[in-house]
Amino acid sequence: MNISTLWQHEFIQNAFLAGGCVAIAAALVGYFVVLRAQTFAGEALTDIGFTGATGAALLGLSPLPGMVTLSLLAAFIIGLLGERLRGRDIEIGMVLSFALGLGVLFLSLYASSSGSHASAGIGILFGSILSVSRGDVWLSLACALGCSLALLILYRPLLFASIDPEVAAARGVPVRLLSVLFLLLLALATAISVLVIGVLLVFALLVAPAAAAARLSPSPASALLLAVLLGLGSTWGGLLIAFLGPGQHLPASFCIATLATLCYAGATLIAHWRQRRSPQVPAQPAHPCKGRRTAA
Amino acid sequence: MSTKHDQRLSPPGAAPQASSLGGRGQEASPISEPVIELEGVSVCLGGRTILQEVTFTINPGEFIAVLGPNGAGKSTLLKVLLGLIRPSAGTVRLFGQAPRRGNRLIGYAPQHRTLEGALSLRARDLVGFGLDGHRWGPGWFPAGGRRRQAIIEAALAEVDALALADMPVAHLSGGEQQRLLIAQALLSQPRLLLLDEPLSNLDLSHEQEIIALIARLCRTHGMTVLLVSHDVNPLLPVIDRVLYLARGHAAIGKPEQVITSATLSALYGAPVEVVEALGRLFVVGVDI
Repeated sequence: MNISTLWQHEFIQNAFLAGGCVAIAAALVGYFVVLRAQTFAGEALTDIGFTGATGAALLGLSPLPGMVTLSLLAAFIIGLLGERLRGRDIEIGMVLSFALGLGVLFLSLYASSSGSHASAGIGILFGSILSVSRGDVWLSLACALGCSLALLILYRPLLFASIDPEVAAARGVPVRLLSVLFLLLLALATAISVLVIGVLLVFALLVAPAAAAARLSPSPASALLLAVLLGLGSTWGGLLIAFLGPGQHLPASFCIATLATLCYAGATLIAHWRQRRSPQVPAQPAHPCKGRRTAA
Repeated sequence: MSTKHDQRLSPPGAAPQASSLGGRGQEASPISEPVIELEGVSVCLGGRTILQEVTFTINPGEFIAVLGPNGAGKSTLLKVLLGLIRPSAGTVRLFGQAPRRGNRLIGYAPQHRTLEGALSLRARDLVGFGLDGHRWGPGWFPAGGRRRQAIIEAALAEVDALALADMPVAHLSGGEQQRLLIAQALLSQPRLLLLDEPLSNLDLSHEQEIIALIARLCRTHGMTVLLVSHDVNPLLPVIDRVLYLARGHAAIGKPEQVITSATLSALYGAPVEVVEALGRLFVVGVDI
């Protein structure tokens, strides 16, 4: 099978299109997640989304709207709790474990009431990119466009508030409002990421490309661009390996997560190597120095 | 954004001696109006009284050292001036108006914490926040980019940090980051500079450099400066007055009037001895 015959299948087109949209949204939002040290909040929001998805399935609805609704609600509540989520690990962890437990309850009720197996749950937990419909593609496109547009508008104040909330607040940046808005975006991005890669592997798309890009890029704008490229590379590369790869069908989620992890590992090695090679102090203090220094 | 900085291709630092050039000289407000007026200001946070009935006035161009023990309310006072904390009683006036967030007349550098999260952020990006970090939108205007960078580089040069412009902020030392934060605070062309412990992370030579820099800004541009410090000694040659906070009360005046055994004992409500030794002042008798 080659790529052109592959592309004739609608489910494969859907997988690539939805995967691309999700990768872009997750990478853009992910950069700020890394900057704000809110990776744990991202994890919590996806787990709460899982509960929403299983709850919706129990009510006979499509899982995605249930997931989006509940994770948006959770994001709003977490955002109201405090300006920054640093050091809120315990509260988030408690909410997370309760939500996951509730999700398991819904799932077992769903399985016993419909007589089916818990395969719906497996799809939510680990992703079901091969069963993405054309409607899901449009939905993920809308989410990706919405996230990109919102981040474009929020870009400067959000960056300022993420790096230095104190000065940002003094300069009139609505730090608290931005915190809530950003969590809503995060909820949206994680909810559609689940479509492709599942609750348990959202990190692969949300954090890995952004963290890798942040280590390699000199400036925020280039880091965002690189994060998108790495995210797209991991997603499409993972799908290609899954469809064309040798031997048995490898699960797409596994391929994507593996590539994303390799990206991060590679970026860490490159950053480490660069730091060791560069001089300790700027060679020519009179001129802007392009070199990097090791941490003093 | 561009129109706002048109007159400002040479920001404060570019030509510190030529203060008569540009808009700065004409901008200076009549000397009569105080920059800061506090009257009977009290601040309660979490049931604790931080400031109690504090009253003082600060005039344009004054260089004030804010001193006092830990927890005396030095940082709180700055936050009141920034409009981040509302006093529970009393009135605060800045340039004749109530304090508000985002006041462009104030430059602020908070007590320093290491900016470890600042991955993939160059020194110029951090300083640039002072220029337009509060504005909505991405701000990637190719045309305005060069002018923007020129303003940022001039501010970096002012704090002697031009060589650091393209360095990742996370790789810089505490003192270097401190200088960047001061450059950032200068970018909005403030008339009042609030600096919270800017000397705490510096070694001796950099401490002298920063003090000289701030004194120059204060003298040549008529900028009013409130500088929070633990130690008054390195500042004694340059400051006009000290504002001493202790137990929520304040005393303001010339260093030789305020830093005396009598004044500080009254302020602390406990016997305090000011000792002069080796040409330096030491306050003994309480936990400073």
